[in-house]
Amino acid sequence: MNDLPGDLYYTNEHEWLRKEEDGSITVGITDYAQAALGDLVYVEIPEIGQNIDAGGEMAVVESVKAASDVYSPLSGKITNVNENLANEPQIINLDPYGEGWIACIFPSDEINNVMNADEYQQFLDDLGE
Amino acid sequence: MGTRTQLYDQHILAGARMTNFGGWEMPIHYGSQISEHYAVRNDAGIFDVSHMTVIDIEGSDALVFLKYLLANDVSKLTNIGRALYTCMLNQDGGVIDDLIVYFFDTNIYRLVVNAATREKDMKWIMSNGSQFNITVNERPNISMVALQGPNARDLALSMFPEDYEALLSDLQPFSGINYEDIFVTRTGYTGEDGLEIMLPTGHIEQFWKESLSVGFQPCGLGARDTLRLEAGMNLYGSDMDESTLPIEAGLGWTISWQPENRDFIGRSKLMERKIAQDHNRQCGLVLMEKGVLRNNQKVVIDGIEQGKITSGGYSPTLECSIGFARIPMSDFNKVSVEVRGNILEVRVVKLPFVRHNKALINLKMLR
Repeated sequence: MNDLPGDLYYTNEHEWLRKEEDGSITVGITDYAQAALGDLVYVEIPEIGQNIDAGGEMAVVESVKAASDVYSPLSGKITNVNENLANEPQIINLDPYGEGWIACIFPSDEINNVMNADEYQQFLDDLGE
Repeated sequence: MGTRTQLYDQHILAGARMTNFGGWEMPIHYGSQISEHYAVRNDAGIFDVSHMTVIDIEGSDALVFLKYLLANDVSKLTNIGRALYTCMLNQDGGVIDDLIVYFFDTNIYRLVVNAATREKDMKWIMSNGSQFNITVNERPNISMVALQGPNARDLALSMFPEDYEALLSDLQPFSGINYEDIFVTRTGYTGEDGLEIMLPTGHIEQFWKESLSVGFQPCGLGARDTLRLEAGMNLYGSDMDESTLPIEAGLGWTISWQPENRDFIGRSKLMERKIAQDHNRQCGLVLMEKGVLRNNQKVVIDGIEQGKITSGGYSPTLECSIGFARIPMSDFNKVSVEVRGNILEVRVVKLPFVRHNKALINLKMLR
């Protein structure tokens, strides 16, 4: 397993969060998640300006294998989306923590139930990976 | 955990992600399913298909028995090593399994059946064969790999001794030859040229390693599925089962109605429903919008739900989503599919979608 970036937070749904300087949160799926999904062939991204609740459907990632919902790890307003994913969904496979980000959300509430890299690594170890 | 093939360690060594398939622990991919798909379309890939069940039917009644058991007519097979694709039907004409039967001698035939259907197939064959002078021998010590792709046969030739090369390069499609204890056939499940190789389980690892060293790319069940989907080939359990007639799964061509007095299992019921047109049919679908067709999605014909997708997925060759559907025989105008709550536009097309790395569907013409 690759090293997990230390500056990110993680969820037990295998998403990552990065705090940006303007207070918004960038969200993507982890390397574990992209590997489990396999080659991605289609990503349905949210719309800018859309309000979203924690646990609500934020995106749909479809791989050669299956379609999976990506649930928002926080409540807030979508401020930016990764338009490149529409034509090149496989960016998520190639660079899940970088170019493969999915959306930026400006939080409207505090963010709960996230793990730091060490805790997420432990979580993965407990899954037997 | 499922049963492991002899190649399990080799799969792990090659970086495979494993999955359970019909009770077997099999590689789904070795990193990227799509690149494995392209390797087979453009070059040469190797698949472990040792999970498939090999059954030899031997005895003086072998020919008569198989003429009764199978919907295609094995008496078409007269050359040693020759192969025939066929369905094995129940009394109602439903598909118990699809399989390939190989001819060795009128007293010896080999069946290769699906992994997930092994037990019920064995039971069916044994119970129907009890009145015939035959023995049914499963061959668990035979392993099997498929070498597929436009360069597969050339690459494979280099792995065999020189005196065998000429025989191999003259091998016709759907034919096979024995070389010592290896049985090589020009068959496959990808829509590309290639070989399938059965050999003693003790020799399979060495053969696998040599195949990789001459340039075969290891390919998993994921690529096998998208390749067969593009090639218009059915998957048992998805595209047909015991409640499906072969004529509802695009397999009418595999039924041998002549001679009329050959009474194979399922014949009368199948004929009845065929004449009455009391059945559905299979078609190909191309999704005209973004998204992915998946098994069991609803097919909406002229505003009414009238069918379902039996196999759906992404086509790396066409770079859009494709699928097979089962729909009524009646004429129609507009067809769409319900994809995750949205009604998306599809086009009905003839199968296959891709043959020998050539798209047979012109997406621009469909728009």
